[in-house]
Amino acid sequence: MDWLAEFPSLGKRDLRDLKKGIDGSFREWSRSNGDAIEAFFDPLYFFLVWLEKLLIATPWPIILVLVAAFAYLGSRSWQLALGSVVSFMLIGYFGMWKDMMATISLISVATLICIAVGIPIGILMSRYDRVQSAITPILDLMQTIPIFVYLLPVVMLLGIGRVPGLIAVCVYALPPIIRLTNLGIRLVDKEILEAADAFGSSYRQKLFSVQIPLALPNIFAGVNQTIMMALAMVVIASMIGVKGLGMPVLQAVQNQYLTLGLMNGLAIVALAIIFDRVSQRYGQRLQAHRYGKEHE
Amino acid sequence: MVKDFKRIDMGKSMNKPKLKIKNLYKIFGPKGESFIDPVKNGISKQELLDNHGHVLGLNDINLDIPEQRIQVIMGLSGSGKSTLIRHINRLIEPTSGEITVDDEDILAMSQLQLREFRRKKTSMVFQKFALLPHRTVAQNVAYGLTIQGQHEGVAKEKSHKWIESVGLSGFEERYPSQLSGGMQQRVGLARALATDAPILLMDEAFSALDPLIRTDMQNILLDLQKDLHKTIVFITHDLDEALRIGDNIAILRDGKIIQKGNPQEIIMKPADNYISDFIKDINRGKVIEVRSIMQKGSSKGVSLDSSCPLEDALKILNNEKNNECSVVDDKGKKIGKVTLDAAISALFREKSLKKSEKYK
Ligand SMILES: Nc1ncnc2c1ncn2[C@@H]1O[C@H](COP(=O)(O)OP(=O)(O)O)[C@@H](O)[C@H]1O
Ligand SMILES: [Mg+2]
Repeated sequence: MDWLAEFPSLGKRDLRDLKKGIDGSFREWSRSNGDAIEAFFDPLYFFLVWLEKLLIATPWPIILVLVAAFAYLGSRSWQLALGSVVSFMLIGYFGMWKDMMATISLISVATLICIAVGIPIGILMSRYDRVQSAITPILDLMQTIPIFVYLLPVVMLLGIGRVPGLIAVCVYALPPIIRLTNLGIRLVDKEILEAADAFGSSYRQKLFSVQIPLALPNIFAGVNQTIMMALAMVVIASMIGVKGLGMPVLQAVQNQYLTLGLMNGLAIVALAIIFDRVSQRYGQRLQAHRYGKEHE
Repeated sequence: MVKDFKRIDMGKSMNKPKLKIKNLYKIFGPKGESFIDPVKNGISKQELLDNHGHVLGLNDINLDIPEQRIQVIMGLSGSGKSTLIRHINRLIEPTSGEITVDDEDILAMSQLQLREFRRKKTSMVFQKFALLPHRTVAQNVAYGLTIQGQHEGVAKEKSHKWIESVGLSGFEERYPSQLSGGMQQRVGLARALATDAPILLMDEAFSALDPLIRTDMQNILLDLQKDLHKTIVFITHDLDEALRIGDNIAILRDGKIIQKGNPQEIIMKPADNYISDFIKDINRGKVIEVRSIMQKGSSKGVSLDSSCPLEDALKILNNEKNNECSVVDDKGKKIGKVTLDAAISALFREKSLKKSEKYK
């Protein structure tokens, strides 16, 4: 009855050969194609470095003015604008200015990439049910697969540094914007779509004059979630060499520097709150005319 | 009051048909076509649903819709009114049948031709307004024109006159959510008129409005129609509205037309009990016109307009010496006479029947 106690598994030797074989061929493939792939991502690398340098080189008062303007234009709230400026000043005062600029540039680039990739995919999913059923499981996978598992092949391919970090962040932060774009378009009032058809709209006219504008609040909720998830990845991304507020947190964990960890952690939280509130208020303003006045 | 019921002509219009619908069937479901024959052989809507899981939407519709007239399609909820009107601009594809507009087969149109047809020939007003919430009144009214590719500035310029014609001047920059239901539907109407399409499709356009507002909207529509002479297909489940608006009425039940004719014909000669039931609560004195009870001959004294409702005619007939009057058409020519007796029996025919049944 031995065979019942132990699960019948592949022999140790076979298993090792199998893993070795796959590892070997992937390593070989990445060795021969690594340069090409790296070259493909070069523009991204230069853009990221350029933005980071630009933010760091810009005199801090200008940054503060920009932050105030961004927060106020987004939220139309003086309190929020003031709060953002004070948070930035505190973060700078405690010596985290440069790291913060690096993190902001990473988040911005990651969000832009997610928008550029995610919205078109979401639109395709909303138009074709078959695309939806093909992509949904991939999104589920992206959100449930342990981050380290997909960090590995990325690192093997591209090494350690900003670009693999950026890719890791994007893979993690992309699903919500795709899902919410798809959902938002599918939820658009059928009668309004019928009206668009009845007046002779082409698919493109319907998409741009009805579906996207009406789905915008949902799409924007997706952007908001994408930003939040990108921020949540900052610490993990620092494990593969991404500079920014995540790096000191990682050091703090390794060396038990409590204060360092807390300060940088709080700075990340502050950024998250600012981005979240500003983008949420902006999203709410997008809906202003959608319902009766009492909802405004 | 009298004016309300006045028709452009006798309703039974001499205008040639703008729209012809022939042997139109619609069966909802994956294998609709295979159930055409059973439906032709008389399988009922309920049987089709229970035994085969298909929904009978339209059953052998034949209807000629005259140019420049208002064709009302009436029926209870679920009788197929929306399905029928959506075949005219092919928002719904038929299972079988023919539909022509100006003798052009719309079922043969390619997607591109169909789009052009919808842009230029038809426009539509919806029950729940279906306005674009993120666009202002002016932008909504200009919508059809922008879809045709006209520049937004030009389109807004052109739509201005339509905003005025529905009484919304001054509201151009408001958003739909800032307007009441009645005002929103005025926007819907202006949007439909702005493209100058000759065919106007209205699917229960006024059904969601309060009775008073609804009457307002009916007046606006009738007033505009005097100048515009569109071919209007107007859907309603409300008999009073049908009688008031329609030059012709078709009554649908379970996807089948059970009677068609002008309002007077439907009131005077209901085709079956279903329709008698439908019309039993109307105010016959207001709706029936003297032309419907006219006899041969003529009389001295006062003459009545052929479209005068019985309510007004009764008093005049009563005052006449021999209780009869001549009837004249809208050019003042004598075309017959009416008697008080005929007027009274037309008023009470339906009700007296019911009563005698009850008190047996
Ligand atoms: N897309 C559809 N699929 C299946 N059945 C439908 C569909 N659209 C309408 N029907 C059915 O067709 C019948 C007529 O519907 P409709 O034209 O909307 O009626 P009305 O407008 O007179 O209330 C109803 O029984 C309805 O349930
Ligand atoms: Mg309907």
